[in-house]
Amino acid sequence: MTDAIAERIRAVSAGGAVATSHGMLVITVLPGKVFALVRRLKSELLFDLLLDITAVDWPQRTPRFDVVHHFYSTTAHVRVRLKSRVPENDPRVDSLVASYGSAGFLERECHDMYGIAFPGNPDLRPILLYEGFVGHPLRKDYAKDHEQPLVRYRSLD
Amino acid sequence: METTLPSPVRAAFGPEDREGEVVVNIGPSHPATHGTLQVIAALDGEKVTKVDVHCGYLHRGFEKECESHTWHNLIPYVDRLNYCSALINDFAYCEAVEALMGIEITPRCRYLRTLLSEYSRIADHLTCVAASLMELGAMTAFLYLVMLRDHIYEHLAALTGARVTYSYGRIGGLAQDLPDRWLSRLDEILDQYEDFTGRIHGLMDRNRIFIDRTRNIGVISSEDAVSWGFTGPILRSTGVPRDLRKDTPYLAYAELEFEVPVGINGDNYDRYYVRMREMDESVHMIRQLMDMLPDGPISVDDRRCVLPPKHLVYSEIESLINHFKLIMEGPQVPAGEVYTAHEAPNGELGFYLVSTGGGMPYRMHVRSPSFVHMGGLHRLLEGYQLADIIPTFGSVNMIGGECDR
Repeated sequence: MTDAIAERIRAVSAGGAVATSHGMLVITVLPGKVFALVRRLKSELLFDLLLDITAVDWPQRTPRFDVVHHFYSTTAHVRVRLKSRVPENDPRVDSLVASYGSAGFLERECHDMYGIAFPGNPDLRPILLYEGFVGHPLRKDYAKDHEQPLVRYRSLD
Repeated sequence: METTLPSPVRAAFGPEDREGEVVVNIGPSHPATHGTLQVIAALDGEKVTKVDVHCGYLHRGFEKECESHTWHNLIPYVDRLNYCSALINDFAYCEAVEALMGIEITPRCRYLRTLLSEYSRIADHLTCVAASLMELGAMTAFLYLVMLRDHIYEHLAALTGARVTYSYGRIGGLAQDLPDRWLSRLDEILDQYEDFTGRIHGLMDRNRIFIDRTRNIGVISSEDAVSWGFTGPILRSTGVPRDLRKDTPYLAYAELEFEVPVGINGDNYDRYYVRMREMDESVHMIRQLMDMLPDGPISVDDRRCVLPPKHLVYSEIESLINHFKLIMEGPQVPAGEVYTAHEAPNGELGFYLVSTGGGMPYRMHVRSPSFVHMGGLHRLLEGYQLADIIPTFGSVNMIGGECDR
């Protein structure tokens, strides 16, 4: 089953590299081609469930970020992972809100945590963080013990 | 002293955008919103026309914190994601790390993890059903169910030493084997479960008040549910028989006989009923597993991740060094990335781990069902009454710990 789907994905992913990692199909794709590829994945291969969007920060590498999408097909019971590399100076990936409702919150979280922009998503307000939070806490250069409380700590005196 | 505090959220709309309507704020500091969820709702009379859902009040930097602890030290942390069924988080996380390390767990561990996952599912569904019935005023039903849940908690405490957050999973196995007579007590609790859920069915299923408050309220179609990423009982209540235990069997589920209950309407009543039926199936599975449980070790014999026995640590230098290295540096997990998903009580719970080789994860991400469900919650609330927000939200069973991480 997975092999047949892998073959079809290779045909669809025109130019993207397809590999298998721990039983999961992984497609590496250019950030500008995510939307077109996902549309074909959804309509032709029935990957109807967008499970997750997140990113991984590799500060020493150019381009710096991996944006990672996970999809699932509720008919074929197969998962696929999409990875696109985006640079630090222009971190953006196509938004998927037009195809999947679940992309809304997932992209908001990814924007919160990594500062990835998703052109096409009209609502990238903070979701897990608060309004006015400075920086992107899951980037490796954001110190773990850095504090920026919304309400100032009360002093004892 | 400041007199006005800055608002942590920026509402998507205000009274100026909603002519002739009232905009109210609900939560987050309210028991029925689990203390962590804020709903900003525009009302036309009693009817909810538009909502803006905000979560994140329980965000504690879980994923950031995970990057500076050893793989073993994360087990108590993942317990605190969905604290109603902590064991399932434990097992899903351990399985992800085991996949990276290429470890196959022992048969006894595999069956025990399956049994305990189903036992946790019962505890989680009991909590959800009990709380949402109480929010509709059904205090007797609440007390019956929570009493059952408490028996389960005490019983799990006899196994793990804790009532709620167990830290019982280990990479490559489990913390310890079953104590004496644990399975016979399990039998008693399952019998009690059947007695008390029978009473709940009698009290609720054809109860006029309950039906009026739940039937055709918070309806979602199958297509919408899939598009908004809904999984678990919410998706199944719309009639989609999607269940990872059947579709991509893990642990020992391929060897078990069970059904996947589905609903018809995708409303609050169906979500109640799907959960009740899923608990019956879990009991059915646990009874099969009690007969199948093989003897043998609960942890693999692999010094890369399993601590050596204490008497060897105190008597031979190799084991002492092994113990020291595992505690101080953590298990050395080969570089790679993996996504492992389990069917948690709320839906697909996924762990995405990235390792660069070494004792600590490079990146740890949790695909939590509750967070994705909050992204589609407005679809369940808009168009219904203000008073329906609480029962609908209760039927989604949002858990702040895993939603906000």
